Amino acid sequence: MVDATLDTPPAVEADTLLHIQHVRQAYPKGSGADLLVLDDINLDLHSNEILGLLGRSGSGKSSLLRIIAGLARPVSGDVRWRGKPLTGPSDGIAMVFQSFALFPWLTVLENVEIGLEPLGVPAAERRSRSIAAIDLIGLDGYESAYPKELSGGMRQRVGFARALVVHPELLLMDEPFSALDVLTAETLRTDLVELWHEKKLPLSSILLVTHNIEEAVLMCDRIIIFASNPGRIAHEIKIALPHPRDRTTPVFRQVVDDIYGRMTNPLDPKLMAEQPTPDVADSAGVRWGLDSISTNLLAGFMEALARPPFNGRADLPQLGEDLQMEIDELFPIAESLQLLRFAEVAHGDIQLNDAGRMFVEGESDVRKRLFGQQLLAHVPIVALIRRVLDERPSHKAPYRRFSEELEDVMSEEYADDTLDAAINWGRYAELFAYDEQSQTFSLEDPE
Amino acid sequence: MPALHPMLAARRPWRFIPSVWDAVIFALLIGGFVLIALGGRETLQPLAHSPKISLDPWALPDYALRTTLRMLAAMACSVVFTFVYGALAVKSRRAEMVLIPLLDILQSVPVIGFLSFTTAFFLGLFPGQILGAEFASIFAIFTSQAWNMTFSFYQSLKTVPRDLSDVSDSLRLGAWRRFWVLEVPFAAPGLIWNAMMSMSGAWFFVVICEFVTVGNVSITLPGIGSYVGLAIEQKNLGAIGWAIVAMGLVILAYDQLLFRPLVAWSEKFTVELSARQTAPPQSWLLNFVQRAQLARRVWMPFAKMAGSVTRVHILAPPPPRQFVRAWSSKWADGVWFALIAGFGLYAAWRAIAYIGGEVGPMEVLGVVGLGVLTLLRVLILTVLASVVWVPIGVMIGLRPKWTEAIQPIAQFMAAFPNNLFFPLAAVVIVRFHLAPDIWLSPLMILGTQWYILFNVIAGAAAFPNDLREASASFGVRGWSWWRKVMLPGVFPHFVTGAITASGGAWNASIVAEVVNWGHTHLVAHGLGAFIGDATTRGDFPRVVLGVAVMSVFVVFFNRLLWRPLFGYASRRLRMD
Repeated sequence: MVDATLDTPPAVEADTLLHIQHVRQAYPKGSGADLLVLDDINLDLHSNEILGLLGRSGSGKSSLLRIIAGLARPVSGDVRWRGKPLTGPSDGIAMVFQSFALFPWLTVLENVEIGLEPLGVPAAERRSRSIAAIDLIGLDGYESAYPKELSGGMRQRVGFARALVVHPELLLMDEPFSALDVLTAETLRTDLVELWHEKKLPLSSILLVTHNIEEAVLMCDRIIIFASNPGRIAHEIKIALPHPRDRTTPVFRQVVDDIYGRMTNPLDPKLMAEQPTPDVADSAGVRWGLDSISTNLLAGFMEALARPPFNGRADLPQLGEDLQMEIDELFPIAESLQLLRFAEVAHGDIQLNDAGRMFVEGESDVRKRLFGQQLLAHVPIVALIRRVLDERPSHKAPYRRFSEELEDVMSEEYADDTLDAAINWGRYAELFAYDEQSQTFSLEDPE
Repeated sequence: MPALHPMLAARRPWRFIPSVWDAVIFALLIGGFVLIALGGRETLQPLAHSPKISLDPWALPDYALRTTLRMLAAMACSVVFTFVYGALAVKSRRAEMVLIPLLDILQSVPVIGFLSFTTAFFLGLFPGQILGAEFASIFAIFTSQAWNMTFSFYQSLKTVPRDLSDVSDSLRLGAWRRFWVLEVPFAAPGLIWNAMMSMSGAWFFVVICEFVTVGNVSITLPGIGSYVGLAIEQKNLGAIGWAIVAMGLVILAYDQLLFRPLVAWSEKFTVELSARQTAPPQSWLLNFVQRAQLARRVWMPFAKMAGSVTRVHILAPPPPRQFVRAWSSKWADGVWFALIAGFGLYAAWRAIAYIGGEVGPMEVLGVVGLGVLTLLRVLILTVLASVVWVPIGVMIGLRPKWTEAIQPIAQFMAAFPNNLFFPLAAVVIVRFHLAPDIWLSPLMILGTQWYILFNVIAGAAAFPNDLREASASFGVRGWSWWRKVMLPGVFPHFVTGAITASGGAWNASIVAEVVNWGHTHLVAHGLGAFIGDATTRGDFPRVVLGVAVMSVFVVFFNRLLWRPLFGYASRRLRMD
């Protein structure tokens, strides 16, 4: 609950639009305590800035955005918008969605107009303001088109127009470019930054949630880096580069490298929970969630890493660019390799170790054997499944046996993902079989 | 074409065995019937002016119009009911707990069952007037249409895309505007499709409702149904022929003038933003209306008015905090459960007292035995119809040209009230001295077998071409082609069709197990005949008993057979 009973608002700087203090968010899960997704978030948003929230999927940055948008309420903490407690969707805050969220049965114009209806704007003014917003965002001529007829980039432009037409002070953007292809996303980004700097947008500030480091560096004045499990603020970085920013300049690259380094620093106590050092992972038993990543992807990634120009060691930003991956794809792969002890990740670099090299050089059966060894040694849930199957006389165990154990320490969804990964990896390494129909693990080979 | 039966899709957890909760809801429903029957019986009196029906073919256009209007009125009621009931079930958790199981049981109750109780009730509301009979028939038609539409709507409301729901909240559209801008449009394609299915099932009942006898009251409402009823009494085959022609034209007109344009129009409400692979449904009428300036001008004011009605901003002040807290507490839950359970017990007691006053336990057992007979019929006929129509449907579905030609015919046959053909069957059975117990049975599935056919055609037509080519290139042929390629491919569609077919067969059994031709009564032993007979005699305790037993059979039949099959189909055999 937002505490609305505070008599005196805390001292807040004059240009602070949004003031967030000690916000925690949690969701109920299958059993036991709630799952904490945001822990003690403190954040101020000032006028005339573009603030970036950067983090991987699952770091709670989108949960925070939903709280600010008034779509969710935190379990505790204080959120103030223009000095007043925020209790729901508010005047002056508009949102742009990752999936565009356009009504397919309304035309472009109707989609934009609808934002003005609840404000009681008369019909004629609704129309003129909407047309102005559509023009501003570069969609004139498409007023009567339906979203189905538009390309992804144009649809997101409609999303922007709908948000801008209400003349909000704060524009919230939830990964607005991540559903677009690279070129379209870039065009839209530069258009937006240009409009912002020419002061053509009827806005005071922008809050951008992203998992794309370069995007954050390209657009933001300030970046807040989130750590996961639970989501919390790890770092805050000011970007003082002048606009328009050029991705190819050494300064830009240096900032990007710096952020990669901060997000993968194994010695950083703030990232501890996220980056299990091998001993932590071992002692934690089955507590570790796994990302379900296909063995093909892991193998392909290791092969790419072993080849020139990397020859077994790569700078993560460069590798990401080479493989066309953003951090929400790149990091889970890198972490899985680290967990399996095929590679070491530190300070924005990844390096194949001996096991990794042997895997890359090996034939299919060598790879499977090696993968199986690493799984049993370093992935507790797989080791547990195998042990239970070995111990039981029937050599069979139901899915529930393991999912319930996992749900004690993680959300149901995450437990399913983790078991999914364990099943995929275990099947690949031929450690056990799994029958989807009866939801049972077994040691038998399929008939 | 959605290959999903709303009845099965609506309930996420696959609960196969009816629970105590279902029993409570069931008791409530049957108890409700008892109360309605008790309230109506005293006032059951003959109509003052029963309209005269003429067998002149020239009277048919007028009758057809009246039948059509009855149908439309029932459809309008169904839509309103759907909106209110569906919205209520989604917005209130407690209402949902009662409403959704209730809906599940309601759709297992034979439609004619509703007719017997409510006729007395409505006649009681308007003693001696034809208006009561009109209401009763419209209500019965409504009961044959509403449930699956409501399920579809509820299902859609439950699956409104989260981003669109978020954007509506974020824009602060308000519940009323949100309902019209987001929820209804999102549900529209499924709802329209189900309305079309409902309508095609409802012609069957429209014909029955216009010519019905409940105890000492015979109701004749001017319409195609009563025309046929009279023709049967007078053994006039020619008139029946005319009625069949008129009915065919009416159904055709409904399809072309109402549903085809609606389905084509509802295409705009599908949410997938990507371009679809198959050609969208077309309607000449819709194209005409959309192109013609004049039609547009006529339409625009209505559209504008509808727009401003949905834009009315209803500002309800949020309820006080204490109230919200009390309302959402565990205590309130407890009170709610206690209330439901209390009413359920009371209803069960009333129902048992009512039926037990007339019927002994042995007779109840006998009725259950009759239920088993009817169950056997439904099962055997569904299997037979499947054996016949699945191969034929596959053959047709794999040939686009044939599909194009035959699919509309199959859908038309499914809509056609096949009870118009019953007299012909009676003539044949009497003529050749056949055993009614066996030869009346096929009538049960006469009309609903087409659902199997056209669903299988749709399934085969949607079968991915690359899989067909792959199986051809690997030389998969003969039985193994059927077993490994085609049958799994059409299975989900087949299940959808077979559910509708068997559900329809249960409903039809009440009129199919008793067939009249002039003064000849052919009766097959079964639960349907029991209910039909009790209705004609106005023996309400036995009607309630028969309806209750049939509902239980259908609920078990659905839960133990169709739901597991459907679950299997959607888990293992889905193409996407």
